[in-house]
Amino acid sequence: MNGVEGFIYPNEIELQWSVLIVLYPFITGLVAGAFILASLERVFNVEAVKPTYRLALLTALAFLLVAPLPLQIHLGHPERSLEMYLTPHTTSAMAMFGFVYLWYLMVVLVLEIWLDYRREIVLKWRASQGWLRTVYGAMALWSDNISDSALKLDDRIGKTLTVIGIPSAFLLHGYVGFIFGSIKANPWWSTPLMPIVFLFSAITSGVACILLLYFVTCWYRKVTVDMRCVDTVSKYLFYAFVVDFTLEMVDLIQRIYVSDESFRALDFMVHTKLFTSQIVVQILVGTVLPIAMLGVTQLVRMKEAARRAIYVMAGTLTLIGIFAMRWNVVIGGQLFSKSFLGYTSYKMEFATREGLLPSILLMILPFGILWVLIRLLPPWGHDEQPNVKRA
Amino acid sequence: MNQDRRTFLGQTGKLLILSASAALAWEHVLAGTPENAPNYNFKDHWWGMAIDIEKCIGCGTCVRACKTENDVLLEDGNFRTWVERYVVDPADLDHPRVESPSGGYAGFHEREVKDTNLKMFFVPKLCNHCDHSPCVQVCPVGATFESPDGVVLVDKTYCLGCRYCVQACPYGCRFIDRRTETVDKCSLCYHRITKGLTTACCETCPTGARALADLKDPRDPIHAFLRDHKVQVLKPQMATGSKMYYNGLDGSVR
Repeated sequence: MNGVEGFIYPNEIELQWSVLIVLYPFITGLVAGAFILASLERVFNVEAVKPTYRLALLTALAFLLVAPLPLQIHLGHPERSLEMYLTPHTTSAMAMFGFVYLWYLMVVLVLEIWLDYRREIVLKWRASQGWLRTVYGAMALWSDNISDSALKLDDRIGKTLTVIGIPSAFLLHGYVGFIFGSIKANPWWSTPLMPIVFLFSAITSGVACILLLYFVTCWYRKVTVDMRCVDTVSKYLFYAFVVDFTLEMVDLIQRIYVSDESFRALDFMVHTKLFTSQIVVQILVGTVLPIAMLGVTQLVRMKEAARRAIYVMAGTLTLIGIFAMRWNVVIGGQLFSKSFLGYTSYKMEFATREGLLPSILLMILPFGILWVLIRLLPPWGHDEQPNVKRA
Repeated sequence: MNQDRRTFLGQTGKLLILSASAALAWEHVLAGTPENAPNYNFKDHWWGMAIDIEKCIGCGTCVRACKTENDVLLEDGNFRTWVERYVVDPADLDHPRVESPSGGYAGFHEREVKDTNLKMFFVPKLCNHCDHSPCVQVCPVGATFESPDGVVLVDKTYCLGCRYCVQACPYGCRFIDRRTETVDKCSLCYHRITKGLTTACCETCPTGARALADLKDPRDPIHAFLRDHKVQVLKPQMATGSKMYYNGLDGSVR
């Protein structure tokens, strides 16, 4: 059989989860990471990262809106997906996705953004004309009370929401890890560390994404990069990445040392089919190199321009590394037979429902949504105007 | 045969009554509500299968019968049941040579084993109808479910086609039927067993290597089979509560 080595069960010839399912944890990871970065400023009062606060919230929303799409497109019967909400099977980890997602989207993210922007939405509503006036009116829910006491209340609720939001963000991505980690039939996935590894890799990718977006928006708006901000964000990126890498290595060392019945099959896979994507792209280029680069900026005094260049390179490599990690988990977990006696291959198609083209479009879409969100709700400029003092 | 009118009428009457109740039962089975059938009670059955490896000759009749009975596509990757051939060096159980060309549909080519130390045998496989099915656990909408009489079934009108259950099955028993874009697997010929028939694979097996078993029926030979043989299930470490009981299962089988 084409692409098959050794013995696989006859029904294993078809790979069940494609590149679309790789996008799903990657995108939700960016959401969770971006939100956690935003929370730093709000809850822990890390002033230095303030320039990224609103950008991070809007980015989280843009990616969260796209997060269910790869799943939806992948389903054999997308028209039945509503059944997951109406008749969820309570023992299924997947059935909980809808509820975790809705909680996070509607209760945490949308409400928090709305409360944070309410004053500006009302001001824009008052100032705008025509259809834009209707849009802003609707966004303000036709309530224009922006008195000091109302804004103070907004701020208090907003802060509470962020406090709820942090465990929610942890829940969102820890949960995505659980979807894989709870499959006992698959030794590549089945580890209690999976939710934690997913969580820290999510934080890492989200922080890297916001760092890069901040550079891009500064360049686009022709404003100087706030070095204190990018230094701090990069420091967090470094720490999160070190924790993430340590957890992955703990998992790896445990597997090598224990060498259970699946080890030989998995070890062979890492040395052959997954060598490039796992050892080269994920571990060397996408993890060790960016950690080393960020580590150097922590240890050695460097010029601003050099630091900026390193941050951009390290951020980009981080995103590549985390994407490779998602790929190796999702695709790698399907390349070996559950008989541990053989291997199959994944051949990505291009312009098919689950091919490369829809995946590229799905990765571009959140940036389009973010562009619209930034147009409607500019994340910058509000600091110059008189603002209510935060609780 | 000497038969008086009274006996003839009596027997004809019984036959008519019996076939009427069978027809009624069949209606309920077709309607997906076998529990309403007057002569089939969920609570009286607990289905499984006894498989005797030493009797299997790898002819593939079960695979062909299953595909015909259940309208399973003939192409690769669509098997409700299949047969594997193992060639094992008894001193090296970790490296068996296994093959299952087209799931054993056309049987196996004769294989000359020159090394007389090697052992060769066939392993018929199908859904294990687990008591604690990982596939049932993960289905997000409950389209895969365990019937009260111990059969794992799929509601194809409800399945989303998310393929989570395919990932969760440790035995590789599930596949996607491309005609319906929903999951498919062995139903233990539920449409037959609720009518008092056996499964297509058991019906056609020429050596009696497979036998449908009703573990709640005290007269079922399964009890003697389990008592008199060293019986094992596949991948017991998965703790799935499999109800496919193998006699003569070699340690090399996965």
